[in-house]
Amino acid sequence: MSSYKIIDHEYDVVVLGAGGSGLRAAVGLSEAGLKTACVSKVFPTRSHTSAAQGGISAALGNMGEDDWRWHMYDTVKGADWLGDQDSIEYLCKEAPAAVLELEKYGVPFSRTEEGKIYQRPFGGMTKNYGNETVQRTCAAADRTGHAILHTLYGQALKHNTEFFIEYFALDLIMKDGACKGIIAWNLNDGTIHRFRSHTTIIATGGYGKVYYSATSAHTCTGDGNAMALRAGLPLQDMEFVQFHPTGIYGHGTLISEGVRGEGGYLVNSKGERFMERYAPKAKDLASRDVVSRSIAVEINEGRGIGKEQDHVHLHIDHLDPKVIDERLPGISEASKLFANVDVTKEPIPVVPTVHYNMGGIPTNYKAEVLTLNGSEKTVPGLMAIGEAACVSVHGANRLGSNSLIDLVVFGRAAAKRAAELVKPGMKHDEIDKNETDRCLDRFDKLRNSEGSNPTSELRLSMQKTMQSKCAVFRTEKTLKEGVDEIRRPYDGMDSLSVKDKSLIFNTDLVETLEFDNLIRQAITTMDSAYHRKESRGAHAREDFPKRDDENYMQHTLSWCNGSKTKINYRPVHRSTLTNDVQYFPPQERVY
Amino acid sequence: MVQLNLPANSKVEKGQYYKDKTGSKNIRKINIYRWDPSKNENPRLDTYEVDMNNCSSKVLDVLNKIKNEIDPSIAYRRSCAHGVCGSCAMNMNGKNGLACTKSHSELDGDIDIYPLPHLKVLKDLIGDLSTLYKQYESVEPWLKTSKVNDKENIQSKNDRAKLDGLYECIMCACCSTSCPSYWWNGEKYLGPAVLLQAYRWIIDSRDEDRKERLKKVADELKLYRCHTILNCTNACPKGLNPAKAIAEIKKMLATA
Repeated sequence: MSSYKIIDHEYDVVVLGAGGSGLRAAVGLSEAGLKTACVSKVFPTRSHTSAAQGGISAALGNMGEDDWRWHMYDTVKGADWLGDQDSIEYLCKEAPAAVLELEKYGVPFSRTEEGKIYQRPFGGMTKNYGNETVQRTCAAADRTGHAILHTLYGQALKHNTEFFIEYFALDLIMKDGACKGIIAWNLNDGTIHRFRSHTTIIATGGYGKVYYSATSAHTCTGDGNAMALRAGLPLQDMEFVQFHPTGIYGHGTLISEGVRGEGGYLVNSKGERFMERYAPKAKDLASRDVVSRSIAVEINEGRGIGKEQDHVHLHIDHLDPKVIDERLPGISEASKLFANVDVTKEPIPVVPTVHYNMGGIPTNYKAEVLTLNGSEKTVPGLMAIGEAACVSVHGANRLGSNSLIDLVVFGRAAAKRAAELVKPGMKHDEIDKNETDRCLDRFDKLRNSEGSNPTSELRLSMQKTMQSKCAVFRTEKTLKEGVDEIRRPYDGMDSLSVKDKSLIFNTDLVETLEFDNLIRQAITTMDSAYHRKESRGAHAREDFPKRDDENYMQHTLSWCNGSKTKINYRPVHRSTLTNDVQYFPPQERVY
Repeated sequence: MVQLNLPANSKVEKGQYYKDKTGSKNIRKINIYRWDPSKNENPRLDTYEVDMNNCSSKVLDVLNKIKNEIDPSIAYRRSCAHGVCGSCAMNMNGKNGLACTKSHSELDGDIDIYPLPHLKVLKDLIGDLSTLYKQYESVEPWLKTSKVNDKENIQSKNDRAKLDGLYECIMCACCSTSCPSYWWNGEKYLGPAVLLQAYRWIIDSRDEDRKERLKKVADELKLYRCHTILNCTNACPKGLNPAKAIAEIKKMLATA
């Protein structure tokens, strides 16, 4: 293999990713006096947290009575009983303090008349265990993610976190089943860096880009998930991909659920408010999987809008323009830019669009990564948080505004746990040369690919297969075809073409490494979906329309070696963390 | 009369010409600034013929099409593709903007794409923003409050409204790199992007450090190099008004 000069670093903790969860963890670690490096392939404020719009959930009760137990019930039900209730209890109980902390950091939340944090209604968020809509989602207009991300970056600066920006992480360094750090490529000058750390926290986000049409950024390639797979660790519940009901038709830009929270509603080609049929109580504010399926059924049954009858309309033209201006300015702008629609006069054309990955790296509520060895077992030195992790609080379907709160609650939990496990200045293990070589061999091989398949073609083939074979509705037939087809772009890497051989900002190679990461996740997603023969949350099988708690109240674990997967299961945690709340046994899920 | 000579290696040369291979009747020429730091060559302007019949509406779509179908080696930053992350700021037909929100139909003739002006170029369309980021750090962009209780700060709707037009800044640097004053004194003058951020914290009713913050920017170079040229406001792809924020800071200092 060719020789790369390696620059070594030693840190107590390395955080991989600088979005909402990575930054929150970095702040906590710096506060705890741990020497922390935060490594990111993009400048922190470019992270995809910036695209979150509607808000962050927490039972503050600023807009009427609320209780974290009600939030917990809603989350358990939203998750279609696939969430671990110990983790969900932790999330909902810690949420109010986490939001108040963000406010103290400086997040410019919208305000109520009394000057408190403004909260809006959101899908699946209810009062008194499903009885009526509650206003629980704390908002900074419709730019909540942007406001939180920039504020957290400011906090990280305040705490002198050491950033390594525009460094592309290649792989985890593993030794005897424990993580000892990471290897990364500095795009700015082409050098290779080896970070030794006692704890590595993966906060690399989701992998929406396995699909052709997604609200996700170009950079949402789940790099950390793929690193876990290459390290021989499983990913959990990968079949659960959330389709957001309202992506702008043709472009995929997100239109926040906050729009429906503020009174927006969906109509079909007959001008009918069809959600009243599917969710008589919650209507347009049913949970996302339910609304997305309803739209898909409307379109499939010929009630879609447009020449191709392939989308529906979202109306807010009945709302007071002042309300739109104050609470939904961002979506007005996006609708104008990407659909050429004036929302005060016309409806927005929307269609369900890939938005969020409930699946990811399995962890417990302390953010420690889990694997299966007979029973559950933690992986020393490795944590995961945010969309990259599967804690699992979102189970089979995440409720809107539960992702931002997930970022900060578990970002903080990871920092707390790391501070218990790592003492400042502990001595580092030697790293086996083989481990570094293995990583750089892969890098070098991809860099010097001289075949005939451009990365962009393989990526497109992967995205089209995911889009057509692993969509809102799935069947044995489509999934079986998908299982075969999704391996073709993987096999296409045998004759990969990478034209740019340089090392400084070689984005041809970056995209190739990202594709290598994406395709492994596409395969585990497809295979996990194929093996789950029931319908639950976002995983809707037309041939198995019912939830099957007897056989499938279990998390799917999938390992992936090359294009070969191994599927196994671990039971959902059926107990709460404390006696502050009782376990919510499975019920029929009606909105 | 003073004559200025630019160094020989800064001359932008004519680059490669990529002819259309699709046979499309609807072709547009896209000229893109190219520079590879690993080669000892001058920057060049490559020209790509692009089939506009099969291209989505934004300049970023054109770039992605070129990268995916014609030349994978071209380097640019991009992420969210809908104007919130600020990655794809560049200069298109002479004006700074975000490639992901700028429609190519709004641009006349051939499209010329350059990196943001007056930044050190790292490769092709990727500029070095590290100076701007350090300046951002220097305004201490975090809330300073002595309150330690576990309740939220109360902020009236009116006070919160003062942050509108400020907190939305995505730090794309379109404004600062369009400012002649920042071009000449970019090391010392904070520039519109960072001053807008400074004002965002100065005017936040929850912040207890207003006086100190004002004192810190009240500097001949940091602040007063703004000569109200207004290129910044003209350039902002989010419709913000950095010039006004700077004027507000000056006003606060004058009336303090």
